[in-house]
Amino acid sequence: MLDLTIRQRLGAFTLDVSLQTGERGITALFGPSGSGKTSIINAIAGLTSPDEGHIRVDDVTFFDHARRIDLPAEKRRVGYVFQEARLFPHMTVRDNLLYGYRRVRGDRPIAPDPVIELLGLGHLLDRRPRNLSGGEKQRVALGRALLAQPRVLLLDEPLAALDSARKAEILPYIERLRDEMRIPMVLVSHAMEEVVRLASSVALVAGGRFQAFGPVRDVLGRLDTAAAAGFRQAGAVIEAQIDSHDDADGLTRVRFDSGQLLIPRLLRPLGSPVRLHIHARDVIVALSPPTGISVQNVLCGTVVEVAQNAETSVDLKIAVGSSSITARVTRRAFHQLNLVPGTMVYALVKGVSFDPDHHPDGNGGAVVDL
Amino acid sequence: MLDGFSLALTPDEVTVILLSLRVAGWAVVWSLPPAILSAWILARCSFPGKTLFDGLVHLPLVLPPVVVGYILLLTLGTRGPVGSLLYSWFGIRLIFTTTGAIVAVAVCSFPLMVRAIRLSIEAIDTGLEAAARTLGAGSIDRFFTITLPLMLPGVLSGSIVAFAAALGEFGAVITFASNIPGQTQILPLAIYAATQTPDGDAMAARLSLIALVIALAALMASELAANRVKAMIGR
Repeated sequence: MLDLTIRQRLGAFTLDVSLQTGERGITALFGPSGSGKTSIINAIAGLTSPDEGHIRVDDVTFFDHARRIDLPAEKRRVGYVFQEARLFPHMTVRDNLLYGYRRVRGDRPIAPDPVIELLGLGHLLDRRPRNLSGGEKQRVALGRALLAQPRVLLLDEPLAALDSARKAEILPYIERLRDEMRIPMVLVSHAMEEVVRLASSVALVAGGRFQAFGPVRDVLGRLDTAAAAGFRQAGAVIEAQIDSHDDADGLTRVRFDSGQLLIPRLLRPLGSPVRLHIHARDVIVALSPPTGISVQNVLCGTVVEVAQNAETSVDLKIAVGSSSITARVTRRAFHQLNLVPGTMVYALVKGVSFDPDHHPDGNGGAVVDL
Repeated sequence: MLDGFSLALTPDEVTVILLSLRVAGWAVVWSLPPAILSAWILARCSFPGKTLFDGLVHLPLVLPPVVVGYILLLTLGTRGPVGSLLYSWFGIRLIFTTTGAIVAVAVCSFPLMVRAIRLSIEAIDTGLEAAARTLGAGSIDRFFTITLPLMLPGVLSGSIVAFAAALGEFGAVITFASNIPGQTQILPLAIYAATQTPDGDAMAARLSLIALVIALAALMASELAANRVKAMIGR
């Protein structure tokens, strides 16, 4: 597991963050450009040194200001996947993959063949990086980082330089790494859909500080973080299970602890967990159970929190059992319906506002595997 | 003026050509390591006095070669501060020797080599070295596996340009190492000597032609080799 507390002056602002992760799973650092996300993982990698604090992975101390420990980057064994891949142009894919592997002393539990298999690199081994597509380059970079037997895997916007098709191609590989490797992973991202799809916990980073840090569902359900999350992408996450498929209508019913939702057909077995990201702007609020409308999904809940994040709109947090969803209504509607905390409401979610095909840039809410 | 001109080389001319190639070749070999080091320092380090260091490296480019030769004579001559030590400790005498000629042409072509190598170092993405660091490569390891291979095009073109320039050096050699046939008389010196003798026109013409052919061949080789290396390192 990764445990860090760092303070570091960075030009205009000071990085001041503290973070603990589990021994596996992805922790996402989410925030706008220039908020200090990459600086955090550069400090973990040892490419920069914080002014104060400590960085530990398992029982290895990378950095401890008080104890004057600052392990050089080349001795930390972090796997770092850069946004622009940074493959060595004068080496074949094979030599790139083995560059870190050959430099590890002692045990090397992560062997080349399974990694090459996992990332689908077998046919590329003798090629030069120059002749690879963007997605292939990132897969090689992932494999190269993994084979260095990392104690922690750092992913710096590994998908940002790719178009949607390439992103869709590489996302499953990252999911497999997450699920099959016992390595804590830190993902820097400014794409909400990546975070919802990949991360188990998320830190919202702004101005070098964490606005919020915790499990994805909790952090994204908070109203005060809408600004950090990006106004348009604000929305809550519901963790659910596939309940049944309706092939005739092309729909799938998912169930969560206190309700169910109909979404476009998902090609996943019954019972598999999914995470639904419901954008606040896709939720309509009614005071009485609506009739005669096309919306299939009606959840009954209670307004628990109100936030006036913008000039004309108000965000409502609606508790539905132990889950919650966020709705964005106009300020006028908020006053007309008197949606103060404690009000019983019906939240309407259009089924087609979910996008089952994982478009990381998609405008709709997302349905993702857990 | 060139009545009865024959392209056939005399044994003396062959001696001149072989000596020239040897002097230029060794000059490149000996100046390569310090040139790579200087280029790396100039491209990557910042320290007080860097401008002065930069100036010193490039000085032979702007100084009259005769002045370079004279400075070498003052410092490396048998009575110079460095030269006297070389002579008393190792018995090495540079003036009037082939080694002296090599030193003279090496000093003069050094800045050309540094410039070419420096440009190729500056073109390397330092992110690649950072990536190598995170993969466990220490500084020396990184230099030999990442930096050096990626700067090979510059090393190669710098060497060839320096080699061609070394073949043409005149002032520094004649001032420092003198004009001794078979010892220090390289092509330009031999051509000059030939033009000063009554029947030397044909020899001067032949040697000039050789100089032209070698220079052209070097430039073409540089171009071809650079393309090969670039393809090899995947640029």
